[in-house]
Amino acid sequence: MAFLELETLSKAFGTHRAVDGLTLGVEKGEFVSLLGPSGCGKTTTLQMIAGFVEPSGGAIRLEGRDLLAVKPAKRGLGIVFQSYALFPHMTVAENVSFGLEMQRVAAAECTKRVGDTLELVGLGAFAGRYPRQLSGGQQQRVALARALVIRPQILLLDEPLSNLDAKLREEMQIELRQIQRTVGTTTILVTHDQGEAMALSDRIVVMNNGRAEQIGPPHEAYERPATPFVASFLGKTNLVNGKAVRPERISFAAVGLAGTVRTRIFQGNHWLYQVDTADGLLTVIRQNTGEEMPEEGATVHLSWLAP
Amino acid sequence: MKATPYLLSLPALILFAAIVIVPLGMTVALSFHDWGQYKGIEPVFILKNWREVFTDSYYGEMFWRTFRIALAVTVLTALFGAPEAYILNRMKSPWRGFFLLVILGPLLISVVARTLGWALLFGGQGGLVNKALMGAGLIDAPLPFMFTETGMIVALTHVMMPYMVLAVWAALQRLDPQIENAAVALGAGPVTVLRRIVLPQALPGILSGGIIVFTLAASAFATPAIIGGRRLKVASTLAYDEFLNTLNWPLGAVVAVLLLVALVAIVFGANRLIERRYAQVFG
Repeated sequence: MAFLELETLSKAFGTHRAVDGLTLGVEKGEFVSLLGPSGCGKTTTLQMIAGFVEPSGGAIRLEGRDLLAVKPAKRGLGIVFQSYALFPHMTVAENVSFGLEMQRVAAAECTKRVGDTLELVGLGAFAGRYPRQLSGGQQQRVALARALVIRPQILLLDEPLSNLDAKLREEMQIELRQIQRTVGTTTILVTHDQGEAMALSDRIVVMNNGRAEQIGPPHEAYERPATPFVASFLGKTNLVNGKAVRPERISFAAVGLAGTVRTRIFQGNHWLYQVDTADGLLTVIRQNTGEEMPEEGATVHLSWLAP
Repeated sequence: MKATPYLLSLPALILFAAIVIVPLGMTVALSFHDWGQYKGIEPVFILKNWREVFTDSYYGEMFWRTFRIALAVTVLTALFGAPEAYILNRMKSPWRGFFLLVILGPLLISVVARTLGWALLFGGQGGLVNKALMGAGLIDAPLPFMFTETGMIVALTHVMMPYMVLAVWAALQRLDPQIENAAVALGAGPVTVLRRIVLPQALPGILSGGIIVFTLAASAFATPAIIGGRRLKVASTLAYDEFLNTLNWPLGAVVAVLLLVALVAIVFGANRLIERRYAQVFG
């Protein structure tokens, strides 16, 4: 029996099935991502776990107990919202201590835990500030601290990094992973960013049209996609004779499938090619090793190991 | 050319001076003139009118009553208007639009007509509500409404409600819809969410709505004139009477100037207080 179990969980809005029979077991301490395009049902799933949306069918169990019978305020889950949803009229420390006040934690312990958690997210010096006086990344950390300080059984993250710029997002990914490892909280992340999901997760759930297309470790889902949707959603892919071939697995060789370079784009650490072949237009990614590379219009031969 | 912006705004400045500054200056000047039953207004500079208003407790009582009524109306509109705005904000279309119209609808009707409506319902023996209540045996004598402060407060509260609802609604619309969920997830019950999360964020709206309602209620004329009449005067009806019935324009001018100065002082004071309190929070 898994720590958190979703069993044929469904939600219909009118005739639209937002979530359609999702079954998933999450182990204690695991980091699982719900990944998919917008409208795939990932956010609805998260809201059903949080208790803000009532399922049309199925069950949610936490340590074997029926979670749906528990009011949202009593579920004791930590949630980080996409908009952070910080309380603007409270200081950082007041925001973080709010959940502890609700649990009637003694003042001395409350102060200590708030301080510790703010240190954990690197905001020890900002306790007296108001959310408006913080940058987006700092607000994000406050939201994380506010969710973690109540020592939730499960941490739910709803697109927590999507409002940050690319560089900050990468830094926060690394930090989020470290924090999650440190505290060991079972975490469910909802995201549409496949890079983010793969970087952070122990397992990913690739969702489409309310269903799980594949559940597995990121590496496995990337290397052995169960469906064409998973293959195309998890990064670039070529379909050759009905088989998915990742562009970085194709190399230029002396012999192999003949083609003509249509476009060549330099992207710093790698080159992105589009090559016209008898099997159609193929995307090829080659590492930038500083060597001379085929130019546009050049005739090349492509080879790859069968997946 | 540095003078160009000033030249361009000159027509507006002339208009503003002609219709606001000049009459205001004339009213202030008028308040220092002398007046007598038979000699009329004498353009001299005396402090008689000002001394009279400040020493005669009749005027003091009237200003105190004006302040008391305006404050009561402000508190009542906040008590009823803020929850009304919150409920309105949580409604979904088409109900939200419908009830917004219900709330704003009275603004389309003249204040005089609305106040007369109250008089028809509660006025003396013949008032509809009084007749019904007496007929049902619930009360022996008609509820006192006309010529009472209570009546004035009730009617003014009704008249001013839309301003409070709109001000609070504007503040609530800036609220992040997820913020209540965030509080709930942290273990807060519905009452705690309202008290600790929603109310503090609605407070700037309630305070700015309060300023609007207070100034409009303190300077309201039609409603106090109809409900209070000559028997229960407030500052604005007093100034009106001095101007048009007693014909003691200088004394009326003192009352008008005092009312204006008091309101400007209260509004500025309240505004500074709000800005200082909320600058760093809401910016």
